[in-house]
Amino acid sequence: MQALGPLILSWRSVLAPGIVALTAVVTMLVGSGLSEDESESVGWIALTGLVAAAIASLAASGDHIVTFGGSLIIDDYTAFFYLLIPVCSAVVVLFSFDYVAALGLPATEYYALLLFATTGMMLMAGAGDLIVMFLGLETMSISAYVMAAMAQRDPKSSEAGLKYFLLGAFSTGFLLYGIALLYGATGSIKLEAVAQMVRKHSIALSPFVLLGLGLILVGFGFKVAAAPFHVWTPDAYEGAPTSVTALMAVGIKLGAFAGFIRVLLIYLAPLHAQWSGVLWALAALSMTVGNLAALAQENIKRMLAYSAIAHAGYILVGMTAGRSEVGPALLYYLLGYAFANLGAFAVLVAVEQAQQSGTKLDDLSGLARNHPMLAAAMALFMLSLMGMPPLAGFVGKFYIFSVALESRYVWLVIIATLNSVVSAYYYARVIVAMYMREGAERQAQTRQPTLLFALAVAALATVIIGLLPHPYISASSAAYASAEQVLRPATAALQTK
Amino acid sequence: MTTWFPVALMTAFAALVVGLMVTINAIVGPRSRDPVKGEAFECGNPPSGSAWRRFSVHFYLTAILFLVFDVEVVFLYPWAVTIRQLGATGLVEAGIFIVLMLAGLIYALRRGMLDWS
Repeated sequence: MQALGPLILSWRSVLAPGIVALTAVVTMLVGSGLSEDESESVGWIALTGLVAAAIASLAASGDHIVTFGGSLIIDDYTAFFYLLIPVCSAVVVLFSFDYVAALGLPATEYYALLLFATTGMMLMAGAGDLIVMFLGLETMSISAYVMAAMAQRDPKSSEAGLKYFLLGAFSTGFLLYGIALLYGATGSIKLEAVAQMVRKHSIALSPFVLLGLGLILVGFGFKVAAAPFHVWTPDAYEGAPTSVTALMAVGIKLGAFAGFIRVLLIYLAPLHAQWSGVLWALAALSMTVGNLAALAQENIKRMLAYSAIAHAGYILVGMTAGRSEVGPALLYYLLGYAFANLGAFAVLVAVEQAQQSGTKLDDLSGLARNHPMLAAAMALFMLSLMGMPPLAGFVGKFYIFSVALESRYVWLVIIATLNSVVSAYYYARVIVAMYMREGAERQAQTRQPTLLFALAVAALATVIIGLLPHPYISASSAAYASAEQVLRPATAALQTK
Repeated sequence: MTTWFPVALMTAFAALVVGLMVTINAIVGPRSRDPVKGEAFECGNPPSGSAWRRFSVHFYLTAILFLVFDVEVVFLYPWAVTIRQLGATGLVEAGIFIVLMLAGLIYALRRGMLDWS
């Protein structure tokens, strides 16, 4: 019994990811029993499961449980992502219905893998030890590799899947090696024990800790698509079916950053002096490479891929600062980024469907005349990603940059601001194409209530989170503060009394 | 240091023996090259066809299926060893695990993974 340790299992704490995983299995079983045409309706099962998981997360907020022998941490930080991630996946499901049918993707596998990927993202957010984090990362990534290659008739999709798989597997190796070295140096895979060892014994400068830290940075750098580990991103984003790209740009970023922020900013905070320089360089490079390369893109999916790299750079600016004030800013930024991106991809899916066209910039010409609502929505999302004042993107950027400035990262903030200016060009190009260029008259109209609903959700979220930021900022603060409690066990105990 | 000395000695000795054998063999050993010796070894049969052959994808699917259930059994061993300590919780967890695996098997069957026609 001694060897096993106290086995405290809190089933309630794994309710949300459990629901998603169970729904994935149910989807798989039900869908495989149906004919190909019928199986498209399993999307509704997936949607129900994701909504149920989001509700379960809401019900569980306020808990603070460390369970499964320290492998899972259930606090407000976890709850924040347990709510956000299923909602994002649900939005993806909403705009997938007709798209999956139109592309002839295997519906059962599509929805089941989407749910499995969601489970992985949620596990990453709640992981209390490095192995569970790795498990979540793999569950999420492997599902995404398959989904990227799902449009079998399209060679670009296969290319996307293969490139994503090869580089993703390679980066996973880095991460795992880093975890192994950290385990070797500290004697534990539990994040809390690792943090205690690093703090107490000042083994910060032990070469194994530093090497492990470096490899973990490389591994996460790949997953969040930070330059110079970004080379897979444009090809994978462009080739994958658009709804899958949305999942990659939003869900996977959320999962990876949830894990990255928790590991680095909370548990490895004592090593800030060691990792902040590396993150500084990653941030500066990601922003510059992402924004400059995005300028030259003619394909919007490719442009959004580079834009995703740039946004990873902005988030890394905040992480470089590393102070606890920046935590809420990062969570808030992720919130705004997620909905603006989901919306942009939803518009692309709608355009592909309605016009039977691709996702080139030219395909959007004259969209304002043919589909005024789609064009207006796309303009909104582009403005938010650009960082225009009333929208979520602006508040997030402003928040992150101001904290970074307070932490005296003046040069980094200057680079970030210049980059923001550069980014305005390529986001504005989309708006110009939609409103100021003549496109071919396209008559085909498809009415898709679920897609329009997804668009409405994303658009409303982008506007509301930007206009009324306070409830979201305070939610982010509460989430981050609850994750940070582990750093101050004494004060945390005092507060509860 | 002294505790590791025998290990170091053993390592050095092993390296020496292997090195000696390889070197002596390279110097003294007779050499003859002919086409038969250069052939790929296929258990004594004369080799036929190209090595760059396509395999039916069914082999991979069967291999994956085998892996899934092989790994399942491996995971059941530690549970079997600690079954008393884990008690009811362990039973439930193992049950969930087996049910999930069965779901995988049902899926594989429905997708015709064991259909070899």
